[in-house]
Amino acid sequence: MAQADASMELDNRSGGSVEKMVTADGLPLKTSLRRAERRSKLFAFALVAPLLGFLLIVFIFPMAQMMWRSVDNPQIINTLPRTVEALEAWNPSAEELPPEEAYAALNADLAEGLERDRGAIGRLQGRLNNDVSGARAAVRSVAGQAGDRSEPFKDKFIEANALWGEPAIWRVIQREGRPLTASRYLRALDREYAPDGSIQMRDEGQRTYVALFMRTFALSATILGLTFLLGFPISYYMATLPMRYANLLMIFVLLPFWTSLLVRTSAWIVLLQQQGVINSTLVGLGIIGDDQRLSMVYNMTGTIVAMTHILLPFMVLPLYSVMRGIPPSYMRAAKGLGAKPWTAFRRVYFPQPLPGVAAGGVLVFIISIGYYITPALVGGQSGRMISNEIARHIQGDNPGLGAAIATLLLVCVMILYWVYNRLVGADNLKLG
Amino acid sequence: MSQRLLKVIGAGSAVSLIAMSAAQAQDISLTVVSWGGAYTESQVRAYHEPWMEMNPDWEIINDDGSANALAGLRSQSEAGNVTWDLVDMLPSDAQLACEEGIIMPIDHDEMLADGEDGTPPSEDFLEGSLGECFIPQIIYSTVVTYNSEMFEEGNYPETIEDFFDTENFPGRRAIQNRPAVNMEWALYADGVDPEEIYDVLATPEGQDRAFAKLDTIKDDLVFWEEGAQSPQLLADQEVSFATGYNGRIFDAAEVEGQPFEIIWDGQVVEFDGWVVPADGENVDEVMEYLYWATDTQRLADQASYISYGPARHSSQDLVGQHADLGIDMAEHMPTHPDNYFAPIELNNEFWTDWRDELAERFNNWM
Amino acid sequence: MAPKDHNDAFVAFDRVQKTYDGEQLVVKDLNLDIGKGEFLTMLGPSGSGKTTCLMMLAGFETATFGDILLDGKPINNIPPHKRGIGMVFQNYALFPHMTVAENLSFPLEVRDISRAEREKKIARALDMVQMGEFGNRRPAQLSGGQMQRVALARALVFEPDLVLMDEPLGALDKNLRERMQLEIKHIHETLGVTVVYVTHDQSEALTMSNRIAVFDDGRIQQLATPDELYEKPENAFVAAFIGENNTLRGKVESVDGAYCTLQLADGSRVQALAVNIEGEGAESTLSLRPERVYLDVSSETHDNIFEGEVRELIYLGDHIRVRMNVCGNDEFVLKMPNDSHARRLSVGERVQVGWVKEDCRALDPS
Repeated sequence: MAQADASMELDNRSGGSVEKMVTADGLPLKTSLRRAERRSKLFAFALVAPLLGFLLIVFIFPMAQMMWRSVDNPQIINTLPRTVEALEAWNPSAEELPPEEAYAALNADLAEGLERDRGAIGRLQGRLNNDVSGARAAVRSVAGQAGDRSEPFKDKFIEANALWGEPAIWRVIQREGRPLTASRYLRALDREYAPDGSIQMRDEGQRTYVALFMRTFALSATILGLTFLLGFPISYYMATLPMRYANLLMIFVLLPFWTSLLVRTSAWIVLLQQQGVINSTLVGLGIIGDDQRLSMVYNMTGTIVAMTHILLPFMVLPLYSVMRGIPPSYMRAAKGLGAKPWTAFRRVYFPQPLPGVAAGGVLVFIISIGYYITPALVGGQSGRMISNEIARHIQGDNPGLGAAIATLLLVCVMILYWVYNRLVGADNLKLG
Repeated sequence: MSQRLLKVIGAGSAVSLIAMSAAQAQDISLTVVSWGGAYTESQVRAYHEPWMEMNPDWEIINDDGSANALAGLRSQSEAGNVTWDLVDMLPSDAQLACEEGIIMPIDHDEMLADGEDGTPPSEDFLEGSLGECFIPQIIYSTVVTYNSEMFEEGNYPETIEDFFDTENFPGRRAIQNRPAVNMEWALYADGVDPEEIYDVLATPEGQDRAFAKLDTIKDDLVFWEEGAQSPQLLADQEVSFATGYNGRIFDAAEVEGQPFEIIWDGQVVEFDGWVVPADGENVDEVMEYLYWATDTQRLADQASYISYGPARHSSQDLVGQHADLGIDMAEHMPTHPDNYFAPIELNNEFWTDWRDELAERFNNWM
Repeated sequence: MAPKDHNDAFVAFDRVQKTYDGEQLVVKDLNLDIGKGEFLTMLGPSGSGKTTCLMMLAGFETATFGDILLDGKPINNIPPHKRGIGMVFQNYALFPHMTVAENLSFPLEVRDISRAEREKKIARALDMVQMGEFGNRRPAQLSGGQMQRVALARALVFEPDLVLMDEPLGALDKNLRERMQLEIKHIHETLGVTVVYVTHDQSEALTMSNRIAVFDDGRIQQLATPDELYEKPENAFVAAFIGENNTLRGKVESVDGAYCTLQLADGSRVQALAVNIEGEGAESTLSLRPERVYLDVSSETHDNIFEGEVRELIYLGDHIRVRMNVCGNDEFVLKMPNDSHARRLSVGERVQVGWVKEDCRALDPS
C-alpha cells in the first residue's frame, strides 16, 4: 500500500514536471532503466522458453488443428469440382433433380478421381455419408464404372442407386462444395440446413448434442456441489488437526489418485451394483426388499459417485491449504465479539476460504466437463457425457463433427470462465 | 556436470546407438495391432510364438489398438508416419480404410497360401468373407447369453423371441450401446426373416419398427460398452441376459466355470481379419508372415485357444481340442451345424452407410 | 491459601489452575482481584501463564480447577459469546473480508442493534481512535498502527465493561508503540472501562497500568502498582524482570531489625534492607538499581562504599552507562548523569562507588 502511494506520487511528479529526468551521463532515465532491465528480462524469458515451446507443441498446435478440422471441408470441392460448378445454377429448394449436365460432370469427376487418387473417392464417400446416410453406397455404386459410362448419365445413375434420384444428395454436394463448412457446428447444435438453405432444428429423434451438453453441465455442477459438500468439512477438520494426523487423512483423500483406473472401477462396481455390497447390506438389514435393490451403477448415479470420488482431491487440496492459513483467532475474535458459534462460522470463517472453494470449484467443474473414461465404464447410458460423443466421432466416421463438438465445449468452458471471472474475479482464486 | 560424467554418458549413448543399429540390421520387428485380451493371446500362441521360434531373428510386438484402428490408420497415414505393420480389423472398417486408400489391396490368390487340399484362397475362404483389402481370419458371432442360475430349471430361454419376452423371462438384459446387432435382433424377434432384415432396416418404417420392438424391453435394459463388461455383468447377476461375443462367453463359461448358456438362435455372425497398412515399412516381411499365418493349419490352430471359427473351409475339420482344457472346440464354434441353424450375417455395407445416423438415433433412444 | 472474599472485585480469579496435558500446570493456584475501572497488566516472560489466564477469562480456555468470577458471578460455564467482553488480539484478528466499518459493525449486528444506532456508535468509536476516514478500507489496506486502532475500536464499540488485550502492540515499531501506549491509557481513563492487558514488555506495563501482576512459572510473583513494583520488588525475579538491576549474591551474616548485613563471595560486606530472607546464614540476592549508585561519595552519607574499576563506558546522551567491576561482579552498572559538572571517566580507572542500604534490597536467593 505504502509502495503504491509512493509510486503514485512519483508519477504525479514526473507528469507535472516539464523537464525530463536524466541520469548522470545525460541519458533519459527511462532508457537507462530499460537497458538495466534488459538482461534480467532476457534471462527470465530464457527460463520460460522451454515451457512456451512445450505448450505450443502439445497444446496450442493440437488445439488449432482440432478447430481447423471442425471446418475443414476439402473432400467435395477437390474431388468434384466440375459437379459443384454444374450445380451452381440449380435451385436446391425446388423438388427437382439437377439437369443432365450435373450428372455428366459428376461422372467425369469420378472417372478422373478414380484415375488420380482412389483414396480421395473413399474420403468423398465418407464425407457425403456424414450428411446423407447411404451416400457412401451411392457413390460406390457409380464410381467403379465411371470411366466406361456414356451419356445419358442421369437414368443410369438413378438405376445404379436410387439416392441419385433424390435432391437431398445433390443439395449436399452443392452446399458443401466449399473448402470450409459450418454444417458440423449446426449438427453439434442439433440444427441442419433446410432444402432452401435456411437453418432449422433437426427432427426430434435426432436431437442429441444440446441435451447432452446440458446434461454434462448439470452433472458437472452436481459433482461440483458434492465435492464441495464433502470436501469442505473434511478440509476444515484437517486444517484444525495437527500436521501429523492431517497428513494421514490427506493420504486417504488422495488415494484415488494413486490407484489405477481399473482397480477403482472394479471397486465401485463391487460396491454399487445390484448384487453389490451396499445393496446386499441394505437388503440384509431389511431396509429395502430383495426386489427393490437400488440401481447405483451403469447409470447417472454411477457417474456421479465415481467422479465425485476422483475429483474430491481437487476440491480438498486448495481448500485445505487456504484453510490452513486462516488463524483460529478470527473465530475466537468473532465469538469474543458476541457472535454465536454458528454466526461466527457463517459470517467470519466461511467467507475466508471462499477463494479456495472458487479455485477448487473451477478445477472440478472444468475437469468433469471433459471427463470421458469413467462415465464410459460406470455411467451406462444416462451417465454418458459430451466427451463420450466427441470420442465416438473422432474415432469413428465423422472426426470433423467430433472436432466441432470439442470446439463448442472449449468455447462453453471459456464463456463460463469469463462469467466466473466477472463474478468472482480470477485473482480471487487461491490454491494455497 | 563434470567432464568425466559427460564422457561416460557420451560413450554410453554411442554404445547403445551401435547396438540399436546392429539390432536393426539383424532383426525384423513387426508391430501387430489387435484387440488385446484373450483374443490377442490366441493369436500369440497360434501364430506369433511358433513363427518366432522358427525365425529367431523376427520379433513381433503386440499393440492393443484395434478398437480405434480406423482412426489410428487415418492419423498415421495423414502424418506420413506409419508405424503399424499389421492390423486386426473388422471388415466394415477395412472397407472404409480400403476405399480411403490407407491400407493395401490384397490379391488373395496371389498373396496367400492355397488350402491344404489345394483349393485356391478365393474359394477356400468362407463365402462373403473376402474384402478388397481384407484377409479373413476368423468368424465370430454376437450371441445372447443367459445366466442359468437366474432362471428356474426347465424354463430356460431358447430364442431371440424369448430375449424380448420380459413376461415369461423376467430380469434385466445387458446390450451393447450401439445400434448394430440390436436392431437386427429386434426385427428378427418381430418376425422378420433373417434374409430380409437389412432391406427392412434401410427404410424409415423398418427403423421405427426396430425401435418399437426395443421399446418393449427398454425398462429392463442395461448398456455395456466394452466387450469385457458383458460376461462380468452376467457373472455378477446384475443381469439375467447379456449379449456378447461368443469367444468371451466361452472363456467365462468354460475356463472360469460360470453358469452361462448361449442362445445360438439368431446369432449375428461376422468376420474379423487382417489388413496391411499402405506405406508400412515392412510390407514384404508382413506378407511373408501372413502367407504362413493364414494357412489352413494356422487358422485351425487358433481355434484351440479361443472359440472363434477359422475363416477357411479347409480348416474346419482340423479344429481340435482346447489347448488347456482339452475339450472339443468344434461344438463351440459359431459355424458348427448345431449352432448355425438360424444365423444373421452382419451386413457391413449397410452399417458403414447407416451407423452414423442410426447411432445418433440409438443414443437418443437410450 | 484460603479463598478470599471477592465481593467488591469486578473480576476475580479464585484458586484457578490450568493444565493442558494433565501433567504440568501452566497456571498454579491463581488468585487475583481486579477492581472496576482498573487497568491491570499481566506481565511476564513467555510461558509464564499470563496469556492462558487471559484466555480463560475470555472463555476460550476452561479452567481445570477453580472459579473465575465476573461481577460476582462465576463464568466458567458461560460460552465466550455470552460474556460480553471486548478483546484485542495480538495479530488484531480483523476480519479480512470486511471493511473497517463492517468489522466494527459485526459486534453490534450480533447484538441486534438498529442500523442508525450502529452507525452512530461506529463513527464514535472510529473517531475515538482517529480512524474516522478509514471506514471503507479493508484491513489489508491499513498499516500496522491503523489496524491496531481499528482492533481497539472494535473491542470497544459495543461498550463492554471489560476489555482484554493480548499483547496488542507487539507487532508495532518502538515509536508507534509508545504513542499507542499513551492513547490506550487515555482511552481507558476517558471511558472508565476495566482493562486486563497482557504483555511481556515491562515499560509498556509501567506506562499504562494501575496495577501490574508479574507472572512467572504459573504464579503471580508480585502484584503492585508500577512504582512499588519498580522500587520495592519483593523477590529476585521481579527485581530482575522490572527495570535494570545490579545483582550481588551472598550469605546473610547478621540481621538487625529491618536491615541485614551480607557477606559476598569476595569477602566484602554489604548492608541492605532485609526484604525477603530466611534468616542468618541463608543465601540471598541483593538487588540494586543502577541509578541509585553514586560516584565519589563518602561513607557518612552512604552505608556501602566500595572501589570499582571501570570496564566500559557507553554514551547514551542524557546519561552515561558505566560498567565496572565492583565486589567481584563484572557486570555492575551505574548511570552517570551527563550534566555540566559530570566527571570524565576512562576505562581502567579506579573509582569509589557507594549507595545507601535502603536502596539495596536483600531478596530470595533465586
